[in-house]
Amino acid sequence: MSVHFIGPQPEIVGVLDLQGGVHEHLEHLERLELPYRRVKEAKDFENLAGLILPGGESTCLARLLHIFGLVEAIGRHAGRGMKLWGTCAGAILLATQVAGEKNCLGLIDMQIERNGFGSQLDSFHSEALIEAVSPAPIPLTFIRAPKIRSVGKDVKVLLRIDDYIAAAENDRVVVTVFHPELTGCLALHRYFALKCGLHPRSEDVSEDWDTASWMKLARIAS
Amino acid sequence: MDLKRYELNVQLAQMLKGGVIMDVTNVEQAKIAEEAGAVAVMALERVPADIRKDGGVARMSDPAMIAEIKKAVTIPVMAKARIGHFVEAQLLEALRIDYIDESEVLTPADEECHIDKTKFSIPFVCGARNLGEALRRIAEGAAMIRTKGEAGTGNVVEAVRHMRTMNREIRQLAQMPVEEVTGFAKTNGLPYELALKVRELGRLPVVNFAAGGIATPADAALMMQLGCDGVFVGSGIFKSADPARRARAIVKATAYFNDPQKVLEASLGLGEAMPGLEIGQIPPEQILAKRGW
Repeated sequence: MSVHFIGPQPEIVGVLDLQGGVHEHLEHLERLELPYRRVKEAKDFENLAGLILPGGESTCLARLLHIFGLVEAIGRHAGRGMKLWGTCAGAILLATQVAGEKNCLGLIDMQIERNGFGSQLDSFHSEALIEAVSPAPIPLTFIRAPKIRSVGKDVKVLLRIDDYIAAAENDRVVVTVFHPELTGCLALHRYFALKCGLHPRSEDVSEDWDTASWMKLARIAS
Repeated sequence: MDLKRYELNVQLAQMLKGGVIMDVTNVEQAKIAEEAGAVAVMALERVPADIRKDGGVARMSDPAMIAEIKKAVTIPVMAKARIGHFVEAQLLEALRIDYIDESEVLTPADEECHIDKTKFSIPFVCGARNLGEALRRIAEGAAMIRTKGEAGTGNVVEAVRHMRTMNREIRQLAQMPVEEVTGFAKTNGLPYELALKVRELGRLPVVNFAAGGIATPADAALMMQLGCDGVFVGSGIFKSADPARRARAIVKATAYFNDPQKVLEASLGLGEAMPGLEIGQIPPEQILAKRGW
């Protein structure tokens, strides 16, 4: 007779906390009343339903993932069903092909080009309807963003703009080249939580959000 | 600059949080920095330790050199303009780099006015020794702040002083009844609206990095534990015995600043750090932090 121990259903969303826009994602998860965890080492992946790879600098993040053995840990947990979402630099880390350099995690079949728009002077805000995600248009923030040039057969395009793809997904990975965590819109965090099998609050927009909202997680004085 | 543009500029700095920005003087160093995991490079002709040694007037770097570095890396490129030298800033904006440091490391061009940064689309980072100085720069349009530790000394004491001063003033403000803010703002030279904002947020309203005198992984972790959002390393890397290795070590220590075991591992076998300078031995007229107000 064999006994199978059935562990608790994973219900925590992790945010990779090595460098970049970590607080901003945590703050959005808090608004959706989802349990979250900062992820810094291999043991932090236990019981994660999903992991967000934030924006930051992909070369820095890739280097830290490699030296601390986290590439292997992410691969292993993706294998057991953990979902992943990469924003901006996070999308670069997840791609199978990065123009002109070696890939990092290779978990979604697509070709991405770093810094596809130019310098900071070319960063911009816009807005678009992503039907799969929300019935209302979503505000988009592009900061020295990459461009997804092409995707493989098993990858669904969520948003195409001009000559590039701005958001895509396969069955375990979502990628966005823009930063939903830098806007008051919760729709993509909600979408990702649902993909992880979780039950986020139903609201898509936080009226009381402002650009300083992340700071409550990084205060000097309380 | 419209509000939306300023927002994007503040948000770029947010994406640099937890990272290390490294001074580089040529393409080769820029590539070493990028490879080591720097989140941005500061392109300049001479690192602060050499500027200090050489004396004379230090100006904006040769734009051709900055352009070469920009071509060589994909991470953001920053460069320094002299305090008050708005035409150097115009040139850097025309070069389309990512961030301008209006820096006391260069010889000031104006002893009364800092650059009116609201006239630019490109973001600025400025140095500050205390809350008043930080908020005055933000009022002028700075999208990011850094401590004004004594550059080129390999001595972290001044950066620590600035960070502790800012933290103390922020804590005071956060606990103050609102009617006391006017007097506090007057005494400490704080723009009033921004003082109210700091009181509400419990921190600076933009990202605040440590800069000046950081030479070891432990220095970087110290500044992070004091509440900085990230770290600039100037002379500390390329004036040390093994720059590539030290650069990687400081990146690790900044990411894992709260984990002494990892900072220890990062600190092993790095070779000589840059030579240090005791602040008391520097002639008062050569103290860089006194430049600007």
